[in-house]
Amino acid sequence: MTSVATTHRKATVEPERSARTSTRSRAWTRRAPLLPALVFAIIVTQLPFLLTIWYSLQSWNLVRPGSEQFVGLSNYADVFADSTFRGAALHTVVLTGSCVLIALVLGTGLALLLDREFLGRGVVRTLLITPFLVMPVAGALLWKTTLLDPVYGLVNFVLGPLGVGNVDWVTRYPLASVVAALVWQWTPFMMLLVLAGLQAQPKDVLEAAQVDGATKFRTFVFVTLPHLRRYIELAVLLGAIYVVNTFDQIYMMTQGGPGTASANLPFYIYQRAFLGFDVGQAAAMGVVVVVGTILVATVALRVIFKSFDLKES
Amino acid sequence: MSALRRARLTVAAAGCAALTAACAGAGALAGDGSGTTLVVAIVSNPQMEDAIELTPRFEAEHPGVDLKFVSLPENEARAKITASVATGGGEFDVVMISNFETPQWADNGWLVNLQPYIDRTAGYDDQDFIPSIRESLSYEGDMYSVPFYGESSFLVYRKDLFDQAGLTMPAQPTWPQVRRLAARLHDPQSGMTGICLRGLPGWGENLAPLNTVVNTFGGRWFDQHWNARLTAPAFERAVKFYVDLVQDYGIPGAAAAGYSECITAYSQGQAAMWYDATAMVSTVESPSDSAVAGKNGYAPAPVVQTDASGWLYTWSLGIPESSEHPDRAWEFVSWVTSQEYIRLVGQEFGWERVPPGSRQSTYEIPQYREIATAYAEPTLRALRSVDPDGATVQPVPYTGVQFVGIPEFQDLGTRVGQQISAAIAGQVSVDEALEQSQNYAETVGDSYQEEEQ
Amino acid sequence: MATTTIGTPADGRARLAGRATTVATWLIGLAFFFPVLWMVLTAFKQEVDAYTDTPKLLFTPTLDQFKGVFGAGFWPYVGNSAFATVMSTLLVLLLAVPAAYALSIRPVPKTQDVLFFFISTKMLPVVAVIVPLYVISQRLNMLDNIWMMVILYTAMNLPIAVWMLRSFMLEVPGEVLEAAEVDGAGMRQTFRHVLLPMLAPGIAATALICVIFAWNEFFFAVNLTAARAGTVPVFLVGFITSEGLYWAQLSAAATMAALPVVLAGWAAQKQLVRGLSMGAIK
Repeated sequence: MTSVATTHRKATVEPERSARTSTRSRAWTRRAPLLPALVFAIIVTQLPFLLTIWYSLQSWNLVRPGSEQFVGLSNYADVFADSTFRGAALHTVVLTGSCVLIALVLGTGLALLLDREFLGRGVVRTLLITPFLVMPVAGALLWKTTLLDPVYGLVNFVLGPLGVGNVDWVTRYPLASVVAALVWQWTPFMMLLVLAGLQAQPKDVLEAAQVDGATKFRTFVFVTLPHLRRYIELAVLLGAIYVVNTFDQIYMMTQGGPGTASANLPFYIYQRAFLGFDVGQAAAMGVVVVVGTILVATVALRVIFKSFDLKES
Repeated sequence: MSALRRARLTVAAAGCAALTAACAGAGALAGDGSGTTLVVAIVSNPQMEDAIELTPRFEAEHPGVDLKFVSLPENEARAKITASVATGGGEFDVVMISNFETPQWADNGWLVNLQPYIDRTAGYDDQDFIPSIRESLSYEGDMYSVPFYGESSFLVYRKDLFDQAGLTMPAQPTWPQVRRLAARLHDPQSGMTGICLRGLPGWGENLAPLNTVVNTFGGRWFDQHWNARLTAPAFERAVKFYVDLVQDYGIPGAAAAGYSECITAYSQGQAAMWYDATAMVSTVESPSDSAVAGKNGYAPAPVVQTDASGWLYTWSLGIPESSEHPDRAWEFVSWVTSQEYIRLVGQEFGWERVPPGSRQSTYEIPQYREIATAYAEPTLRALRSVDPDGATVQPVPYTGVQFVGIPEFQDLGTRVGQQISAAIAGQVSVDEALEQSQNYAETVGDSYQEEEQ
Repeated sequence: MATTTIGTPADGRARLAGRATTVATWLIGLAFFFPVLWMVLTAFKQEVDAYTDTPKLLFTPTLDQFKGVFGAGFWPYVGNSAFATVMSTLLVLLLAVPAAYALSIRPVPKTQDVLFFFISTKMLPVVAVIVPLYVISQRLNMLDNIWMMVILYTAMNLPIAVWMLRSFMLEVPGEVLEAAEVDGAGMRQTFRHVLLPMLAPGIAATALICVIFAWNEFFFAVNLTAARAGTVPVFLVGFITSEGLYWAQLSAAATMAALPVVLAGWAAQKQLVRGLSMGAIK
């Protein structure tokens, strides 16, 4: 892979010196295939966001017509003074962090179990990937009703003999319940990625390690894990991108409650917009979240990209 | 078997349900030029599902009108309908709203005034609507939406359990009496809870019963100068009473239990009492849905300082100003809220399925009186005893029993409801919950105080 | 190594351990699958069998719930979902394949920045733009219009598709392309005759991922569609009534809603594995 990239770069550097005009037209032929996608992404994702910024400077409540007026940054002042907003930010971090971590650990475990020949391996893999395919809305309903219901739920039925009574999971442990549903959905995703990494691992290296008398555990820690690093980074990155925007599960399972104990940022902003109909404040929250996300993502992505680049060069 | 499902099965059994739907869909795509497609946004509940089943009749009588329904759970329906009507989105020709929205939206000029239509429609008889309901859907004397069904609240209890325990329900119970009764009947070991009450956050969920308790305890949300009064002693006493009652004798998971959860708990025989909407009867008394059908007594909403404390709520149909076909929309609205429709439901699906609480004439239909002996009178009495303008002990600047009739209340009520729910779950104390709620309410009150100056 | 230890007790232990691991793997697989199985079972129950203190495994199956689902007008929603899914996936590929090409095989300057831009649009909370989107669709007369969903799903899946396709393209050996160029094939021809065939599995994998996310999308659909353009998740949510719980019916609706993508995913497992590993697997 490395060699491909470098030869291409060399090949393109030389003609550029020869003639400036042709360089320019060449640069455009190069950019041309990219442009439709780029323009599309900019129009569909950035234009509405500009409108969001505009709304965030307005006081505008949908259900009080005539309330629309320019208020400058006062919506932002309200957002930063809102303790529920901070709570929702914390829940988002907890939810994303715990879900990605647990799903990754479970997924790695399952991938190790699947990375060996045994009877019905294909069937087990099929069973394991199913939660990822099930519509999240359907999955969340399933968790809320048939699994976690305090009286008729399967979880309490199974735990009943262990002395767990009619625990109302969704109320008593709202975040944990949502995490459970999310982990169930995302573990297969992590598993597939790690499995791909395991199967791409050169067998001779493993054998060499075993010949050297390394235990299975040591082989895993010192040979397999470093090899898996790229796959794990990718899994964490993609998982985090999707989980941080979780809406369906919270909407279906807890509606952010009890109180606001399980409201994450997307859900809280949704409530401001479609329950409070406070367009200005919802927009300001949206802008704050977007800026925050970009800050975090820039740092995180650059770090991850760096590790990718190091591997490539 | 559920009412909802039976309705669908009736059609499915005919063997052409999917086919009909597919044809209707294709018709809408192909034949747009010839007829009018009306889009109706409704809250998914059994009564409206019945209406959907019966619409082929309407379409047969009104050629050229094609109905399409958007059916969503209450919260989502409300969010969508409000957003659409407020922005003039124009997706809907008929919307299902309530007595909360109607006067406000009429004031905003978002709804078509239905009074001229009503007066023009022979035999529609709007004087037949239950007066409190008609009043609550009127703005400056004109109706802006018409009721599909209406409800108040009352207390249902298990007669058999009361008899076994040698207890009697007073003719007009007070809340302290209800608490004592709940204590006697509460027996979690054998899966029986004393009383089921809503804890699920939401201005239309836990705040509905709670606000009637607040009213009758002498509390109020705002005084006449829009000062928030959520930490006043009467309000506090009421909330403490409610939260204690739910924590001590409520169902498991009460903090997340809304109407749906309560209806399941009570009709599966897990609660000795339940204070909630009068509309519960259609499920509670249905032999196929309920394990306790025929075992229930009904008492008026419990009181403390007021003479009556039941709430008033109605799902009604209105026509947004943005609709392009108000005349045709009225054809449907008047059909589905007419006396004939009520009789049609009774004949087609059974008399226990008619939408209750909208028309007084419903309660004079012999077949309905017969099937509803246990609850027809209590329901009608509850609806007649409601006074949305005088529900509180002390004067207030707003109308409404279980809600405060201002647009901000959807949001404020839900935020306060969240605090109450957290208090029921034991995550915060009642004092903390009310402290926080008072802050929310003050912000809203401030904006009204500014307006007054 | 294995041959030297045949028949020894150590080997027996190892085989036993192997079998135990296999059994454990099976059990875990079944545990993960069980909720889905339970959903399907519940869908064949009558409501009274759906909530019982002791979960019922033995019951008289009934098709009543499925009849109810179809009776409620399931097919138009399936039509909308299928249309939005297929069209958006095609559109994504149409945009993403050339874009990925310009970010891998003949990279434009600042490739990393462009990539970062694409992936960053994926991180933004969609809820932050839902009100503007509503207002814009209303002004454009696109409310409750399935094409609006097509556009939004395309935007939603585009970043991930560009990313995945780029990874697949990086795997294409440079020699192949150079050989084509030496033969005098133009960019277009090289693309069509050399690159596309090599990329076909990667494109299939990308398409599958797009299909999964588009079919399952709920947030845009519930906020921006109504009667004409409603998709399957919206149909499913319509089954939650505010008056009592109907688990059996809900399960039937959920089963039908999830089925197409589950079946597609099962059938195309290999592509899924490939797609998720971003072409890094050999």
